[in-house]
Amino acid sequence: MINFSKKLRKNILFAANHSGEASHLGGSLSMVEILSCLYSKILKQEKKSIFILSKGHAFLGLFSCLYQIKKIKKKDFLSFQTSGSEFIAHPIMDLKKGIESSNGSLGQGLSFGVGIAIAKKKKKEKGNVYILIGDGECYEGSIWEAAITATENNLDNLVVIIDSNGFQNDGEISSKMKTKNLVKKWKGFEWDVQRCNGHNLNELVQLIKPSKLNKPKAIIAQTIKGKGISFMENNNDWHHGRLTAKLYQKALKDII
Amino acid sequence: MFKFNKEQAENWSTMGPRAMFGQFMLNLGKRVKKLMVLSGDLGRSSGLDRFKKKFPEKYLSVGICEQNLIGVASGLSREGFKVFVTSFAPFLSMRASEQIRMNLGYMGHKVNIVALGSGVSMAYLGNSHFGLEDINCIRSIPGINISCPADCAELGKTIYDYALNERGPSYIRLTGIPGRKKTFEKDFKYKFGKLIQLSNGSDALILSHGSVVSECKTAVNNLKLSNINCSLINVSSLRPLDNAIFDKIKKHKTIFIVEEHFSVGGLYSIISEHLIKFNIKKKVLGLNLGNNFGPTGTYQYLLDYHKLSSSKIEKAISKEIK
Repeated sequence: MINFSKKLRKNILFAANHSGEASHLGGSLSMVEILSCLYSKILKQEKKSIFILSKGHAFLGLFSCLYQIKKIKKKDFLSFQTSGSEFIAHPIMDLKKGIESSNGSLGQGLSFGVGIAIAKKKKKEKGNVYILIGDGECYEGSIWEAAITATENNLDNLVVIIDSNGFQNDGEISSKMKTKNLVKKWKGFEWDVQRCNGHNLNELVQLIKPSKLNKPKAIIAQTIKGKGISFMENNNDWHHGRLTAKLYQKALKDII
Repeated sequence: MFKFNKEQAENWSTMGPRAMFGQFMLNLGKRVKKLMVLSGDLGRSSGLDRFKKKFPEKYLSVGICEQNLIGVASGLSREGFKVFVTSFAPFLSMRASEQIRMNLGYMGHKVNIVALGSGVSMAYLGNSHFGLEDINCIRSIPGINISCPADCAELGKTIYDYALNERGPSYIRLTGIPGRKKTFEKDFKYKFGKLIQLSNGSDALILSHGSVVSECKTAVNNLKLSNINCSLINVSSLRPLDNAIFDKIKKHKTIFIVEEHFSVGGLYSIISEHLIKFNIKKKVLGLNLGNNFGPTGTYQYLLDYHKLSSSKIEKAISKEIK
């Protein structure tokens, strides 16, 4: 998994650099370990499980990951953020390529996933629904609407991971929306809430599994925006930024 | 297939579109295996009480959260369920507009939205509950079929058609109240996306949809007495729009478009846009709710106020034709 993460960071940087356009590097890098856990282990074992990226602006991360597991071809990988490409800043649903939903408008992925989780229960179908949302995304009221439906329906096949990287578009998130308070909020909605270091693969692997409490589970993963690239870490200029050839080389040096 | 029954049609009208929607769903509950009916805490207002009791596994209320309602419905639809969603027209078409755009429009999940109490049928509940802009909102999103049945019999045919075939993503717009006059006295041919001609006459063409079609019908019958003969067409499918409509339009000099919707974005807009596109020059008069929030009162009072009652429609036409 460590190698998967390293490779994923490299692929993210490569795609961002290759497109020559500004891209969502910070939020893609903060979820690398979460994706690594899911795609190099959990989703490999659970064929019927699905993953939805609700924080759609981090599609650069998911896209690079899908390339890494060979769901996306090289030709498509090189088309990232080029005119006419299907692979842009936000996911466009393509089931064959492993993109389960179109996102980009925040706060919508959870409701959709709740619907899928309810359907799976009704069909008595195996597999879980994993959804990744952002901490900034938790400002969206529709997240909490969906959180209620998930507990009301005892969706113990639903696991939400919150990428608590502490930043949103305009800068640092308020303390009310940081890890500690997010734990309180999700607990208030009666979820099985766990907190972890979102870059610790062992912790993540232990936690990213359905709750045994007949409840949906929320994992508040404390992360660092821009993780792994020294000049991007906790620097919100890289929420949506453009690499230069020089910076690209500098960034690569950080990934050992 | 949905069976029209003359005696029952009277009862359907007495019960009104919301109660009948629930009744039709109850009839379909057994036939449609993977049916799911969802509501945002308006099951009772959708006539779904009995459905809920008989098919608890096919019913889900998510509470008062329409944005979430559309998302959950879409997830179920993706997993192969035939999904119907109900709430009042503005709460779905406006409150959840962006969820509809992403899930039904962009991704194309085949959810059927049933908009209750659209137009001014919510009477004393007021403008907060009226469906005045819903057609405008929904039709600006690509890929969503829009049906506006004229009475409970057509609602039955529509709901059966949508439940037994693949018609989603769709928006079914319910107008009218219990005890309204029927549009269809006897059985009629319903075909998805096709218009239904209700009368023939060369003096004017009236295009209408929803509950006010019956008002138009009365007006047309009365106008005959003054020797004004009108063609009346029920355009219940606003999307897809039956292309046959343009041949009908070409045969007339004056077109009236009668609808319970703001002047912006409804059938009046749809037809006007097409006439410009095809360079068809006609006099087109819209009888609608204008573009102001109006008063509240009984349904009949409101139709009369907005000049959508049969007598006011009759007046408007005879003034123009004479």
